[in-house]
Amino acid sequence: MKNLKVNIAGVELNNPVIAASGTFGFGREYGEFYNLDELGAISVKGLTLNPREGNPPPRIAETYGGILNSVGLQNPGVKAFITYELPELKKHSCKVIANMAGSTFEDYYEMAEILSDSDVDMLEVNISCPNVRSGGVAFGTNASTIYEITKGIKKYAKKPVIIKLSPNVTDIGEMAVAAEQGGADAISLINTLLGMAIDINSRKPILANVKGGFSGPAVKPVAVRMVYEAKNKVKVPIIGMGGITTGDDAVEFMIAGASAVMVGTANFMNPYACPDVKKGILAYMDKYNIEDVNSIVNTVQL
Amino acid sequence: MSLDTYICKILSHKEIAPNVFDVTVKAPEIAAAAQPGQFLHVKCGDEIAMPLRRPISICSAGSGCVRFIYQVKGKGTEGLTKENDSLDILGPLGHGFVIDNETYKKPAVIGGGIGAYPLLYLTQKLKNAKVFMGFRTKELVTLETDFNMCAKEVKIATDDGSYGYHGFSIELLEETLKAGEADIIYCCGPKPMLKAVKDMAEKYNVKCQVSLEERMGCGIGACLTCSCETKTEGTWKYKRVCKNGPVFWSDEVVL
Repeated sequence: MKNLKVNIAGVELNNPVIAASGTFGFGREYGEFYNLDELGAISVKGLTLNPREGNPPPRIAETYGGILNSVGLQNPGVKAFITYELPELKKHSCKVIANMAGSTFEDYYEMAEILSDSDVDMLEVNISCPNVRSGGVAFGTNASTIYEITKGIKKYAKKPVIIKLSPNVTDIGEMAVAAEQGGADAISLINTLLGMAIDINSRKPILANVKGGFSGPAVKPVAVRMVYEAKNKVKVPIIGMGGITTGDDAVEFMIAGASAVMVGTANFMNPYACPDVKKGILAYMDKYNIEDVNSIVNTVQL
Repeated sequence: MSLDTYICKILSHKEIAPNVFDVTVKAPEIAAAAQPGQFLHVKCGDEIAMPLRRPISICSAGSGCVRFIYQVKGKGTEGLTKENDSLDILGPLGHGFVIDNETYKKPAVIGGGIGAYPLLYLTQKLKNAKVFMGFRTKELVTLETDFNMCAKEVKIATDDGSYGYHGFSIELLEETLKAGEADIIYCCGPKPMLKAVKDMAEKYNVKCQVSLEERMGCGIGACLTCSCETKTEGTWKYKRVCKNGPVFWSDEVVL
């Protein structure tokens, strides 16, 4: 019997496949395609203290091998999430990761406090949303701010804290170290890369918000490199993401140092992307006679 | 589970006007569930290069088959024109038109350009529909015969007067509204047309449904990218075109 279970900061996941925040809502829609028990965890749509309507449309543009989005953290607010969405999610065996974003340190602290009193299993701190000025990107690109905010959140959080890092930095290792020193229980990366696309006929940006977050298959090599660099600098577990569409992609991230993976944009291509990634990981384990998925982690042969 | 993707065999695929293609696929599950106004989310080629599916309205459905018509607009729809045996389709998706032949005895159906296509299936399900279609020019006039088979009356307008009425189809609609000959309007077309029809419906105090279009991601309501502005009782909010729509009551949406 192959072991797919992984342990992230004391939380046991049935398998290393996590639905990435912002691509999976609160699970309801994909729950119409398959049983959410298939997943290791779901990182829910980014939550803010108060409800947000987000940015004007168009909010999505396809570019070669990827997409740009500028949703801008549209969400019902943390309290509505706890009341209306969390009970549904908790009917499943997959773990629930509450992704949260704020515009001030205090926003994050208050959310960490509120969510710690709920049934969520972990907190994922979005300090890297490129789409709203108040979405934390200002916090996520400076090592000393990452350290401060992580340390602050840890005082209020009674659940394991994952710090989600932005790739829009010069040295990802430095950011990972700052999060770890601040007390992060795990880190996840990469959030989207800041991008832009222009309609050459009208000469107007395709996104109403001009710029947006770039994700999808095209970003994978950047993300694998960043997971690898971060793993060389920190001891805390890493959750890797960025363009994963197959089990082979997931395995590549795990070899680079990720203890678990998140699947995002691929859900739009194929609603069964997450269970398919899980199957693909198992196929790899079969091929190489691997009994425990954890044995793949951090095994780059240089 | 209730939603799924299907590999659908292409039964016919032909160009019916310049850059406009008419496709029929074998899709028993989709055909059985499809409602007028719903759409299909179609994979258009290499999914790594083009990760997003393209939302395309259902033109008609029945006997285990689904028909849709698309215009080549960019790389995705260009990919669709390639020789394929089958297509990967997710659907049917969204909320379609409200059909109530008891309450509304005099439906008016108005479409502009490629917005005409989802209205065929609707007209097939309505009783005594008056249909108004607008196209830019004669060579783009399509589906006239199909509409004639199910509508009470069909009027075609062209912007340049090369076929039918010279002008906009909305002018034809207004004559009908003035005469009190419509008690509900169904509309699909470019945004300026939707807005003009919405305003006209308000002017003549007739209920109106509009089918919206927006750049889409997942197509099932999870990613929140295809938002449209709505207003109820003075408060506005974004709704999802793919899930709450694509068809809305015109007095609910801000156009």
